[in-house]
Amino acid sequence: MTFFLEVLIGGLLSGVMYSLVALGFVLIYKASGVFNFAQGAMVFFAALSFVGIQINFGLSFWPTLMVVIILMIIVGVLTEKFVLRPLVNQPQITLFMATIGLTFFLEGLAQLVWGTDVHPLDIGIEDAPIEFILDRFDMVISAFDLFAAIISGTLVVSLAIFFQVTKIGRALRAVADDHQAALSIGIPLKQIWAIVWSVAGFVALVAGLMWGSRNGVQFALTFVALKALPVLIIGGFDSVLGAILGGLIIGALEKLAEVYIGPMLGGGIEGWFAYVAALLFLLIRPEGMFGEKKIDRI
Amino acid sequence: MFYRENGQFKISYSKDQALLTISQDKFFIFALVAFSLLIVPFIASDYWLTAILIPFLVFTLAALGLNILTGYAGQLSLGTAAFMAVGAYAAYNFQIRVPNIPIIFSFIGGGLIAAAVGVLFGLPSLRIRGFYLAVATLAAQFFIPWLLIKVEWFSNYNPSGVITTPPVTFFGFIIDTPVSKYIFILVIVILLTILAKNLIRSKIGRSWMAVRDMDIAAEVIGIPIMKTKLIAFAVSSFYCGVAGAVYAFLYLGSVEPDGFNIDLSFRILFMIIIGGIGSVMGSYFGAAFITLLPILLENIIHFLAVALSITISSAVTSVLQLLIFGALIIFFLIVEPHGLARLWSILKEKLRLWPFPY
Amino acid sequence: MDKLLDIENISLSFGGIKALTDVSFDVYKNEIRAIIGPNGAGKSSMLNVINGVYKPQKGQVSFKGKYWENITPFKVANLGIARTFQNIALFKGMSVLDNIMTGRSLKMKSNLLEQALYFGKNKKEEILNRTKVEEIIDFLQIEHIRKTLVGKLPYGLQKRVELARALAAEPELLLLDEPMAGMNIEEKQDMCRFILDVNEHFKTTIVLIEHDMGVVMDISDRIVVLDYGLKIGDGSPQDIRDNQKVIDAYLGVG
Repeated sequence: MTFFLEVLIGGLLSGVMYSLVALGFVLIYKASGVFNFAQGAMVFFAALSFVGIQINFGLSFWPTLMVVIILMIIVGVLTEKFVLRPLVNQPQITLFMATIGLTFFLEGLAQLVWGTDVHPLDIGIEDAPIEFILDRFDMVISAFDLFAAIISGTLVVSLAIFFQVTKIGRALRAVADDHQAALSIGIPLKQIWAIVWSVAGFVALVAGLMWGSRNGVQFALTFVALKALPVLIIGGFDSVLGAILGGLIIGALEKLAEVYIGPMLGGGIEGWFAYVAALLFLLIRPEGMFGEKKIDRI
Repeated sequence: MFYRENGQFKISYSKDQALLTISQDKFFIFALVAFSLLIVPFIASDYWLTAILIPFLVFTLAALGLNILTGYAGQLSLGTAAFMAVGAYAAYNFQIRVPNIPIIFSFIGGGLIAAAVGVLFGLPSLRIRGFYLAVATLAAQFFIPWLLIKVEWFSNYNPSGVITTPPVTFFGFIIDTPVSKYIFILVIVILLTILAKNLIRSKIGRSWMAVRDMDIAAEVIGIPIMKTKLIAFAVSSFYCGVAGAVYAFLYLGSVEPDGFNIDLSFRILFMIIIGGIGSVMGSYFGAAFITLLPILLENIIHFLAVALSITISSAVTSVLQLLIFGALIIFFLIVEPHGLARLWSILKEKLRLWPFPY
Repeated sequence: MDKLLDIENISLSFGGIKALTDVSFDVYKNEIRAIIGPNGAGKSSMLNVINGVYKPQKGQVSFKGKYWENITPFKVANLGIARTFQNIALFKGMSVLDNIMTGRSLKMKSNLLEQALYFGKNKKEEILNRTKVEEIIDFLQIEHIRKTLVGKLPYGLQKRVELARALAAEPELLLLDEPMAGMNIEEKQDMCRFILDVNEHFKTTIVLIEHDMGVVMDISDRIVVLDYGLKIGDGSPQDIRDNQKVIDAYLGVG
């Protein structure tokens, strides 16, 4: 039983990490209707810049963080200016493909500037079992995982509140619904998008720090973005709450499947399990858990 | 002056619906085919054949497959490479397990098996649309390579699922020189292109486009949506499967499941984005572009490095490629979302008027 | 007069919204039946029910004497019912000719292999159907735009192309949803002429939603009036013109 709980909790915690990445997607989708495939690249870019600055300029944690935040804001603004604005009102698929282009661009740029080596990232929390829980409950739960979960949870909750309650949040939702309509009632599209992409950049940074410390900052980080897709499917593309729950579900299911079903199939099912699970889920509920049902009017 | 349709009246529907309606087009295409079949084999170097022309043809085939599914039928797919893998491994199994089977049958068999798998992973499209469908194809993209490694029978119990294809013979001739491989693949690609164009100008092509543009309206006028989508998956996967088989047998010689990864799927997607979605010609343009670009970039960078007397490592070169790639895609989407094929049509329009400005 | 279509006690709701409540009327063969009423009255919903796009919670539809069970838009199309849409539902990525050819889908029977090889059965079929489609193109006078991409055409011409596509199916019953919306007087006259021609020449029964009262009174044989999902009038144009309820709800005085 304890083993099951251990695996479950481990899965939930890594699921929170998925939620973090998914959150970035949801933000941008909610606010601009764009499915930002480059979110993973932004995670990678942020993480690599962080290590790069630390190593090359010898700055400590907080100053580096500040610099990278500014950097991500710049990335957000430039993306809005050079990618989104020229493509405003093009069909969704075109914007999606542009973000794929952006992915490659950011990956190339990051590695051009900071090099292609894999870097470890240390944010001061160890990936070791928490003594307290180990002694009390005989379960191995990593301090790092727990810390990541707390950070991610806080971020997610604050963003959820932000969207629902504030004026800017409302404006963002209007923009996501219909660019032209939002423009016509005077919502400053450019600024809104710049804000959103910067916030998404910040989320990417947090995700990058978390994932980077865990697995090292490497190119494969971009593919974490792909894993966020099943999360978005289950949670819906436009729900912050869904991103949280979807991430938890996928994280837990994935770990449990690997441990309990994996051996029957020869192992290694973590590579595809999330996608197949999402697929099966979609067959039952095509709009995702919290997504809105599309009613076509003809 | 040269590119005029004056005097070319179509006096029958048959002529109007032909594949090549303008006689200058007909001449051009025939000349091109003749050139590539009869002259290129004699003037192209081995390097050009093996590093550029053969992969170009293989990828054109895969791009054609993806274009049918995503460009014409509007079903986004990120699993192209997986279907290529199915084709490659199926063809391999046919070839080594069925005694004396002609290679063409193995290729077709590979394509058919890929088509069946395509239909299986296309079933979700009946309930799911748009990006969600892309995720379903991702499931195929990650599951299939895993399966190909796990079930050792597929790779004839070779370690890590690697398969080395047996030599290809065609009516007694062994196809192992760059020239013979090139001609063999070229003929296959030309034939399959003609079949694709025929499908597109027939009922199924129109049905695909109808489902892409507005599926509810399509259903109301009597187009069976389920059947149409599944046929799109089947035909598309057939093309990708044959492309995979040719990729394994005539280009690489030995492949492994990891070689059919998501990177390859994206590459082919880029081909149709840049070449032109929903255009057969676009598949050719896109494949050419993506095949030539890395080589072009390498040469430019090398040239610059020599000219500026600096050393640029290969790691930097590949990273630079990523960056330029990404920028080019964004550039294309902004400037001409319909890709090179549209630019080509615009060029032809201008050619019609030449030498007059309007 | 034979009844072609019989609508019996149809009730349709979406969640809490009642689109149609207990609506019944019939349509005779060969007639032009108009459905009128203020916006939101449920007219398009009624057409969607006839089309099989919406399933009514209560009530039945019978066509040529047969009641419908588990109807789908595909089955409806196979029965010989075609329609046009309020917000044009043309395939924007295809030419006018191809759009109209899709209307012939049910008549074309070649299989996949025959289509891939093209020459032979498929080619004959393509030419046969192309000939039919050209007749319709002639009839609606859209020869000059047959190769144009539909998305590039002005609204009025798009509506005509949509009509052509519906006609291509050689339907027995044609449902037209505001075919004259957004047209100027000349275009409306043309469209009226076409509709009357279709009715006389091809003997097609027509059910038509339209807001222009002049047109409605002129060309329809009988009219159904809907208001807030309820039927408030049913009869000849004269009956409707004198119907007080209809005047209050919709026509106004004078």
